[in-house]
Amino acid sequence: MFKIVNREEMAQGTIVLNEIEAPRIARKAKPGQFVIIQANEKGERIPLTMADVDTEKGTITIIYMIVGKSTAIFSKMGVGDDYFAVIGPLGKATHIEKKGKVVCVGGGTGIAVLHPITRGLKAVGNEVITILGSRNKELLILEEKMAKVSDTLHICTDDGSRGHHGFVTEVLKEVLAQETINLVVAIGPVPMMKFVSQITKERGIETLVSLNPIMVDGTGMCGGCRVSVGGKTKFACVDGPEFDGHAVDYDELSKRLQAYQSDEQMSMQMCKAAAQ
Amino acid sequence: MSEIKSKKEQKSRVKMPEQDPAVRKRNFIEVPLGLTPEMAQAEASRCLQCKNPACVEGCPVSVNIPGFINKIAQGDFEGAAITLWTKNALPAVCGRVCPQEIQCEGRCVLGKKGSSVAIGYLERFAADYAREKGSVELPKVAPKTGKKVAVIGSGPSGLTVAGDLIVKGYDVTIFEAFHQPGGVLVYGIPEFRLPKSIVASEVATLEKLGVKIELNSVVGATVTIDELFEEGYSAVYVGVGAGLPRFMNLPGENLIGVFSANEYLTRTNLMKAYLFPEYDTPVARGKNVVILGAGNVAMDAARTAMRLGADSVKVVYRRSREEMPARAEELHHAEQEGIEFVLLTSPVQFFGDDKGRLCGMECLKMELGEPDSSGRRRPVPIAGSEYKIECDLVVVSVGAEPNPLLTNATPDITLNKWGNIVAHTVTGKTTKKGVWAGGDIVTGMATVILAMGAGREAANSIHDYLTMGW
Ligand SMILES: Cc1cc2nc3c(=O)[nH]c(=O)nc-3n(C[C@H](O)[C@H](O)[C@H](O)COP(=O)(O)OP(=O)(O)OC[C@H]3O[C@@H](n4cnc5c(N)ncnc54)[C@H](O)[C@@H]3O)c2cc1C
Ligand SMILES: Cc1cc2nc3c(=O)[nH]c(=O)nc-3n(C[C@H](O)[C@H](O)[C@H](O)COP(=O)(O)OP(=O)(O)OC[C@H]3O[C@@H](n4cnc5c(N)ncnc54)[C@H](O)[C@@H]3O)c2cc1C
Ligand code: SF4
Ligand code: SF4
Ligand code: FES
Repeated sequence: MFKIVNREEMAQGTIVLNEIEAPRIARKAKPGQFVIIQANEKGERIPLTMADVDTEKGTITIIYMIVGKSTAIFSKMGVGDDYFAVIGPLGKATHIEKKGKVVCVGGGTGIAVLHPITRGLKAVGNEVITILGSRNKELLILEEKMAKVSDTLHICTDDGSRGHHGFVTEVLKEVLAQETINLVVAIGPVPMMKFVSQITKERGIETLVSLNPIMVDGTGMCGGCRVSVGGKTKFACVDGPEFDGHAVDYDELSKRLQAYQSDEQMSMQMCKAAAQ
Repeated sequence: MSEIKSKKEQKSRVKMPEQDPAVRKRNFIEVPLGLTPEMAQAEASRCLQCKNPACVEGCPVSVNIPGFINKIAQGDFEGAAITLWTKNALPAVCGRVCPQEIQCEGRCVLGKKGSSVAIGYLERFAADYAREKGSVELPKVAPKTGKKVAVIGSGPSGLTVAGDLIVKGYDVTIFEAFHQPGGVLVYGIPEFRLPKSIVASEVATLEKLGVKIELNSVVGATVTIDELFEEGYSAVYVGVGAGLPRFMNLPGENLIGVFSANEYLTRTNLMKAYLFPEYDTPVARGKNVVILGAGNVAMDAARTAMRLGADSVKVVYRRSREEMPARAEELHHAEQEGIEFVLLTSPVQFFGDDKGRLCGMECLKMELGEPDSSGRRRPVPIAGSEYKIECDLVVVSVGAEPNPLLTNATPDITLNKWGNIVAHTVTGKTTKKGVWAGGDIVTGMATVILAMGAGREAANSIHDYLTMGW
């Protein structure tokens, strides 16, 4: 049904790319939208953003970090294997318009989510300054592809193994000191989005973030993905996943992401034990 | 047989054998065990075979109740099932979940003096018998018309439309958002009340008749209604239910541990979280659980929480016992299983710990005031009556609304002010040519039998349209 036609390890054993046959979804998908994906009948429904789409081949591409049981199972699937379910395209597409100068900030696998948006922003004539961050150079993904759709590209690593030694927020501050920026798009770990938004809020620069709460259906029927934005409850799967970065309650989101921590750890341990 | 029995014995209603409450409150196996053929025949023989049966008037789809009961009394159980099917495509489901006490059984003449015939139990018995025997032939399918019909949503409403139209010779495809068909019957109503194998078997029958099911298809996102017309479908039925959870907008509602009933039940039933870690999806297992609301959904959530290992489960409801909208049997079963009803009480706010996890809530006591527009006495807060309840899991079960995903993507379908699709009360026709709607998306959350009844009317209307025009 949803056959894997291509698989790449982008960072050894941690970040994996799958290109999957899903013609109906490919026909409709727009930058910023995601799918819900399930490996097998007993598996969990996991949201992943479409990093790329090939309408002619009828395929979508996902890039995921192995963080728990479901993503570990995904990573064991090879070319020719089928996913049990892929549902989408879900969520609102990014509103892409010509703003002038924009900064795209990506961290970790957030870079995969950021890529189609950056490409879109560039395509409509924005000047794009991109700042990418990762823990170390091995975990840095899509550098070349991002370079292609950016006018300027900055790299940061936490350990200094590549580019600026430190966080994306430090480079962002420098860029903002030198240039007049009309829009910032920040996609990555919650703390990254939180600090980027703090910086841009002080300077009054419009900021878009993409949120990743725990989801079940992805269609607005469970409310599990609720986030507080501007003091109002929103369902990230249908009202988002992108929101005004200045209005998001990041602390609530961080806490809600921990809801099943002990269950997830148990699942992962059992999964590892079974593999041995 | 009846000669040996005393008159009193004959008049008493059959008692459904059930799992012992102390045992069942910790398992997900179905609670009522079903009647034996002897019990069913004895119960069926209580029916007076009324000339003008009041019970039939109480049934939203006018099942020939004396007719099927008479067949049971005579031992023709398959015949009884066939009689049921002429009006009701899912008798094994309705026998279990219809609010019989306010429908068929509520009108039975025997109920006036003694107790009504157990129509629901008998319906379930006949349908289960026929299914388990597997002996009843599939209905005959009319010659193919060559026309394609799309059914959106695989709840009871959509399944009924699909079944009716496939038999009339149409090429029918169901588009379902989830990875499993059945709607509320699989994601909402728990296994201990409606075994999923029954739904699966009903769906398998449809597939045997030729109905195609495209799972993982969110109409409005994956494909639009207009695209379905472009793909050659001549008519579309929308039966997408009322799937949007309602919250109460109280402080602390986004704490970890506060769930919508939809999420709590979907995780447990559809994703089988009660079998975690064999299945991957987890669900919160609360020790002190509070359920807000008192309908069928609330009872399902309460009894699920008990089965997931809770020490205490409280149903907090702002009106009194009489107003609790759940089926009588569900309230009874819930009480037997140790669920507490905290009546005339309303939630005010939720409290969390420093990790954002729920640890308690504040409630307010209510008293009954003047009747409101619904004729029920309005609950009014008693000033200063606030008090705290310790809890680590709250399930908000105060109703659901129509999900706008499909209707937003189909602007030429007219909605009412609550977002429900406006459809003709008899035919189910919407304001968009070639599109029908029925079930919860039109009525708001109602019942399985009403959703099926609407499906049947719409199927007839779709058939008329495809043979005679709009
Ligand atoms: C709209 C959206 C788009 C996303 N896009 C990407 C992407 O492109 N690439 C990528 O690597 N990750 C993405 N994520 C995050 C990804 O869904 C989680 O990493 C994944 O669900 C982890 O599952 P697991 O079973 O492997 O790990 P688990 O051990 O189950 O969980 C690890 C952590 O992941 C989060 N998580 C767990 N279950 C879910 C769930 N059902 N939904 C969401 N988060 C969950 C929790 O914070 C949890 O602590 C996205 C999330 C959302 C909501
Ligand atoms: C927990 C619970 C307990 C209940 N208990 C009872 C009871 O005891 N007795 C009783 O009579 N009634 C009960 N009800 C109510 C009853 O289940 C509903 O009235 C009935 O299921 C409505 O049927 P439906 O076909 O209209 O919609 P649903 O059963 O809601 O089915 C709709 C289907 O459409 C799918 N869908 C939604 N949007 C889309 C889309 N855009 N594209 C494709 N598919 C889509 C959904 O995934 C779902 O499968 C209960 C409801 C709940 C939630
Ligand atoms: S369908 Fe429901 S209301 Fe009608 S006879 Fe059967 S149980 Fe009673
Ligand atoms: S009203 Fe009661 S006794 Fe009369 S036909 Fe109906 S079920 Fe039988
Ligand atoms: S994931 Fe269920 S409402 Fe968003």
